[in-house]
Amino acid sequence: MTQRARNWLLIAPSGALLLVMLVLPLSFVFVFSFGERGPSGGYVPAFTLEQYANLPARWTAFKNTLILAPLGTLAALLIAYPLAYQLAVRTDPKWKTLLLVLVIVPFWTSILIRSYAWIYILGGQGIPALLGSIGIENVRLIYTPFAVTIGIIYGYLPLMVFPIYVALDRLDMRLLEASGDLGARPMTTFLRVTLPLSVPGVATGCMLVFILLMGEFLIPALLGGGKVFFVGNALVDLFLQSRNWAYGSAVAFTLIVIMLITVTIYMRLIARLQTGREDVAVM
Amino acid sequence: MTNDTISKKKFMEELRRYEKGSVTRRHFLHVTGLGAATAVMGAAVPGLRPRPAFAQDIGDRAILATWPNYHDQANFDAFTDKTGAAVQVNVFGSNEEMLAKLQAGGSGWDVYVPTNYTITTYVEEDLIEPLDLSKLPNYDPAAFDARFSDAGIVDGVVYAVPKNWGTTGMAINTSHNGGKAFDSWKQFFDRTMDDYSGRTMVHDYQLTTIGAALNYHGYSFNSVDEAELADAEKLLIDVKPHLFAITSDYQPAMRSGDAWLTICWTGDGKQLNTDIPEIAFALGKEGGELWSDYYAIPKGAPHKEAAYALINFMLDPDVNAREVLAHGYPVADSRTNALLPEEILNDPILYPAAEKLDALEFGAAATLTDPNRAELLARFKSA
Repeated sequence: MTQRARNWLLIAPSGALLLVMLVLPLSFVFVFSFGERGPSGGYVPAFTLEQYANLPARWTAFKNTLILAPLGTLAALLIAYPLAYQLAVRTDPKWKTLLLVLVIVPFWTSILIRSYAWIYILGGQGIPALLGSIGIENVRLIYTPFAVTIGIIYGYLPLMVFPIYVALDRLDMRLLEASGDLGARPMTTFLRVTLPLSVPGVATGCMLVFILLMGEFLIPALLGGGKVFFVGNALVDLFLQSRNWAYGSAVAFTLIVIMLITVTIYMRLIARLQTGREDVAVM
Repeated sequence: MTNDTISKKKFMEELRRYEKGSVTRRHFLHVTGLGAATAVMGAAVPGLRPRPAFAQDIGDRAILATWPNYHDQANFDAFTDKTGAAVQVNVFGSNEEMLAKLQAGGSGWDVYVPTNYTITTYVEEDLIEPLDLSKLPNYDPAAFDARFSDAGIVDGVVYAVPKNWGTTGMAINTSHNGGKAFDSWKQFFDRTMDDYSGRTMVHDYQLTTIGAALNYHGYSFNSVDEAELADAEKLLIDVKPHLFAITSDYQPAMRSGDAWLTICWTGDGKQLNTDIPEIAFALGKEGGELWSDYYAIPKGAPHKEAAYALINFMLDPDVNAREVLAHGYPVADSRTNALLPEEILNDPILYPAAEKLDALEFGAAATLTDPNRAELLARFKSA
């Protein structure tokens, strides 16, 4: 067998999987998006741009997603970075494993159940009641964009912590000592040595969280009370309530295109950040 | 039991003895407590449970798609004890969602609970099984009030048998209104935009939420007229910033006191009122919904024998009466009513005065499939 044939053979399983599980379904979505809703729901073949012309009716859902997904990613990053730094750089190795396990522990319970817990924490009997007892009355938390943001940060934090932790864990401490020996203050060392070296982890973490957030529907559904609506929620409604598969496909396809564009721009930016730095390999 | 706990050392000794063959497996499981643990775990998994012999083998489960707060778990347990089949419950928020799941195929349900106005669509779409009445000896057509049982019969074929009927009104926490309930959809929406702001919930359900907004304007609950729907949509969009939530599972927020007002079905109103007397149930004087729910079997139900057994069991008047006492929805079955206490039969929440019922309408089949109503609700939610 030639090397070439062997390569094809090795690629075949994953190629077939991609074809059946990704390319084929996506093609269906693309074709459906030009169709029409059946008389009692579903899809009838057609060729019309009507579904795409209707997209503005879901503008708020797109707007919410495009605001809250980057916001959630940024907030998760700001909280995760110090945590990962502490774990990777400052923590005594004998505690590391235990603390890392503590970061993973929430994953042992379904996100559905954990989000349900937040309904009670943020609900009237939870934090607002606590605030009420110290004189701060009438605080509304549940079913607000704030509640959704909290849920997002909580749910996605571990996904952000891990890639950053891995990047910082590989950090060569001698570089920091060298920086200090050459007269850099701790802050300068952090900004010019530690931070650039952790960029790959930050980039991976942000991408992971952002892409998943763009398709999020569970957290807004539970903590947004049907009022803070993501594209994911609009899709659930279109397929499961109004049964408009054609329109749903158009919305889904638009979301995919938006995601592809943002991720491409993002990759370009990261790549530019990396140019001229042989020491930093991004993803 | 004498072996509640066992030390690690003792456990390892017993394990060695067992490995060497000096004790039997039974002795090992007994002294270590593993036998008891296995039995407990086994009992928690229906498939592993040892099955006693039943009169008729109907399989180990029946999967039921139904509405929130709509059953007495004790009756399901009794059904399992009697037949060996466990009842798995899936809860839904709207008929549209049920229809969508069945249209998509592979729902895996054995029994579902469609509302009166949806049944003709299920028949047209070939998603519902005609019922073999010989397997439902507890179904006695003569015992049912025809108003609440005739929607189950399409072109002379029985596709569904009556479960409960009821109304769609509103539940209001009267402690924020000087102890008084509201009596109109006008008040419902106007007060939501005023002193009840941030405290009101509407259903995640086109029929009742759009219906209530239509009633506000004095239109029919069932309207599919585009101009009337546009008025309803404008009202809903105006009200949206004042809403606490859009959900069909509204009991938790009413109970916690987070919400004060909600669109509400009879039984939820009864359950809330029983536990929290200041929560009243009222019908809107402009109109609203009168409905009846049915038991039906979807095409391709995986455990059809269990489905028939479950429906027949639930139609037993004794069982049905216990259901009513638990969920507070009236039945149209005179045999069941004969078993219910007087105070239930005279309860104004379950059985509103005739003149109040006269203002209500049954849902119309057109609302289920009307693309404008479906899109209106989806737009309202994503607005």
